[in-house]
Amino acid sequence: MTDDGFIVLEDVEKVFQVRRRARGRLRRERHEVRAVDGISCAVARGEMVGYIGPNGAGKSTTIKMLTGILTPSGGRLRVAGIDPSRQRARLARRIGVVFGQRTTLWWDLPLRDSYALMRRMYRVPEARFRANLDRCVELLDLGGLLEVPVRQLSLGQRMRGDITAALLHDPEVLYLDEPTIGLDVVSKATVRRFLRELNASLGTTVLLTTHDLTDIEQLCERVMVIDHGRLMYDGALGGLHEVGESERTLVVDLERELPPIEGIEGARTVRTRGPRQWLAFPASASAAPIVSQVADGYPLVDLSVREPDIEDVIARMYSGL
Amino acid sequence: MAEVPLGGEPRALSAPAVDVPEPAAEGPWARLCWGVRAYGFIAAMWIRSTMVYRGSFLMMVAGSLTLTALDFAAIVIMFSHVGALGGFALPEVALLYGTCTASFGLADLLMGSFDKLGTRVRDGTMDTVLVRPVPALAQVAADRFALRRLGRVLQSAAVLGWALANVDVDWSGGSVLLLVVTLLSGAAIFCSLFVLGGAFQFVAQDAAEVQNSFTYGGVTLLEYPPTIFAKELVRGVTFVVPLAFVNWLPVLRILGEDDPLGLPGWVDFGGPVVAAACCALAGLAWRAGLRAYRSTGS
Repeated sequence: MTDDGFIVLEDVEKVFQVRRRARGRLRRERHEVRAVDGISCAVARGEMVGYIGPNGAGKSTTIKMLTGILTPSGGRLRVAGIDPSRQRARLARRIGVVFGQRTTLWWDLPLRDSYALMRRMYRVPEARFRANLDRCVELLDLGGLLEVPVRQLSLGQRMRGDITAALLHDPEVLYLDEPTIGLDVVSKATVRRFLRELNASLGTTVLLTTHDLTDIEQLCERVMVIDHGRLMYDGALGGLHEVGESERTLVVDLERELPPIEGIEGARTVRTRGPRQWLAFPASASAAPIVSQVADGYPLVDLSVREPDIEDVIARMYSGL
Repeated sequence: MAEVPLGGEPRALSAPAVDVPEPAAEGPWARLCWGVRAYGFIAAMWIRSTMVYRGSFLMMVAGSLTLTALDFAAIVIMFSHVGALGGFALPEVALLYGTCTASFGLADLLMGSFDKLGTRVRDGTMDTVLVRPVPALAQVAADRFALRRLGRVLQSAAVLGWALANVDVDWSGGSVLLLVVTLLSGAAIFCSLFVLGGAFQFVAQDAAEVQNSFTYGGVTLLEYPPTIFAKELVRGVTFVVPLAFVNWLPVLRILGEDDPLGLPGWVDFGGPVVAAACCALAGLAWRAGLRAYRSTGS
C-alpha cells in the first residue's frame, strides 16, 4: 500500500445485518450483507477517479464510509490522514460531498440563505466565501437562481446549486455520488466542464460514482470498477478492454451470399446476413492479417472495423464476474 | 458560457484552505460552545425565514396560544364543580400546571424538531447532516426551528404568574430559587427525553409515537396533583422516567405538603442532579444512536 496516498483504503469492509420477515412466519430472519467486502486502494492528491459498478455494488456505501457517515466493519481507512468515522467533524471541513439523489441544501430556503448558513457552519472567511460563490455562480450559471427556494429549482439547477454548496469552503476532496443522474445533455456538459476545470486549476481531488460512462471518459484517467463489494478493476479506462476481454468486429461485405467464413486465424464469424458477415477478434490484435486472409480466400467488396463499446465491456464485466 | 479560469493561481493545498481552529480538536467544552453557537445561527436563519410571512407567523402563535389555553380552561371548568382536587385548590394546581408546561414549552421550543428525526433517518437526509462540521445534535435540534412554539411558553408563563399571585405561600429566597431551579432542570429533563427519543429512532425508525407518549403524555400527567393518581404510577414516574422531578416534588415542597410516597425530604431538591444525569444519559444514547445509523441504500 502506498503511504503517500491521500485517500487510503486497506481491506475495508462494511457488513450490514439485515432482518427480513421469513416467508409465512411471524419471526424474522437475520442474515449478513457484505456491502463492501475487502477493498484496498489509494488515491493521490489531485487525482480524478471514477468509481463505477452496477446498482447495489457498494459504491455509495464506500463514499459514506469515506465521509464518516458510516463506520467500516473492518479494515483501515484514511482521508488526508484522518480516520473519517472517528473524526467526522474535523474531516467535514476538508471535504465536499454532493449526493445526486438528495440535496444538502435546505429545501425551504433560497439558495442565498443556504449558502450563508454554509458559510457560518464551515467558518469560511467572508472574502473567500464571496470569491468562491461568485466563481461558482459564473461558471455554473446560477446568477438568476440565488433568491429561489431550493424546492422550486429544477433537478439540473439544484445539482449545480449543490455542487456550489460543496465547494464554498475550498475542500481538498470532492466526493460526487452520481452527480449527473437525471440531468439533460446541456446540464451534464456544464457540470463536467466545471469539474474538469476545478481539478485542473485548484488541484481538488475528485472521486465520483456514476452510471454514465461518458462522465468517466471525459473526466477521469483512472477508473475503479466494483461489484459485489469487491474491487474488480483499478486502472486506466482504456485498460478495461484487455481485462474485459473485449473484441473488435470486422464487418465484411462479400460479392454474394456465402456460407460463414471459416479458417481465418485469430478470428471467428459471429453473424451473417446476406452478403454481409461479422468477424470478431481480440481488441488487442491487429486487424491487418485478418483482412488479408479474408481478401485472399473470399470475394471481398468492402470492409469496416468496429471498436468495442466500453458500455459492452463493462456490461460483460458485471455479468461475467 | 465563456471559459473562465477557476480562481487563477493554483493554491497550495498541503494545508486546509480555510485556516480556522478545528472545533473538534479543542476538547468537549469548545465543542459544546461551538454547538450552541451553531444552534443559534441555524435557528436565527429559520426565524428570519418564517418572519417573511409575518401574518402567518402571528396566526400560528395565536393558534398555539389558544389551544394551550383551552388545555388549562379544562382544569378551570373542573374546579367550578369540585372545590379541591386531591386536596389541592385551583391556584395550587395552576402552580403545578404552570411549572410543568413552562418547562415543557421551553424544551419543546428548543428541541421540538427532534420528532422529525425518524423521517430523516428513514429517508436518508441524515446523511447531509453528518457531512457538515457542526455537531449533529445542534443541527437536528435547530432544524426548522419553530418560534410559534413560543405560544405554549407564553401561555404557561401567564398561568404561572396568576398562580404565584394567588397561592398561599410564604415566599423566601430559598423557595424562589427552588422554583427557578425547578423550571430549568425540568426543561433539561424534557430536553434529554427528546434527545433520548431521537436516539431511539436510529434503532426503531417509527418510534416517534413512543417518544410522544413520554413527553406529551408526561405533561398531561404533571398538570394534576400526584395525589389523584395511583401510587404505583407515581412511583414509576418518579423512578423509571424521572418526570416527578420536573415539578411534583419541588412544588409540593414549596406548598409545604408531603409527597404521597413519603420520600425523605432531600429528594425534593434532587432536580438538578436528576437533570444532569438525564442529560448525560441522553448524550451517551445519542452517540450510540449515531454509531448505529445505517443510512439508506443510495
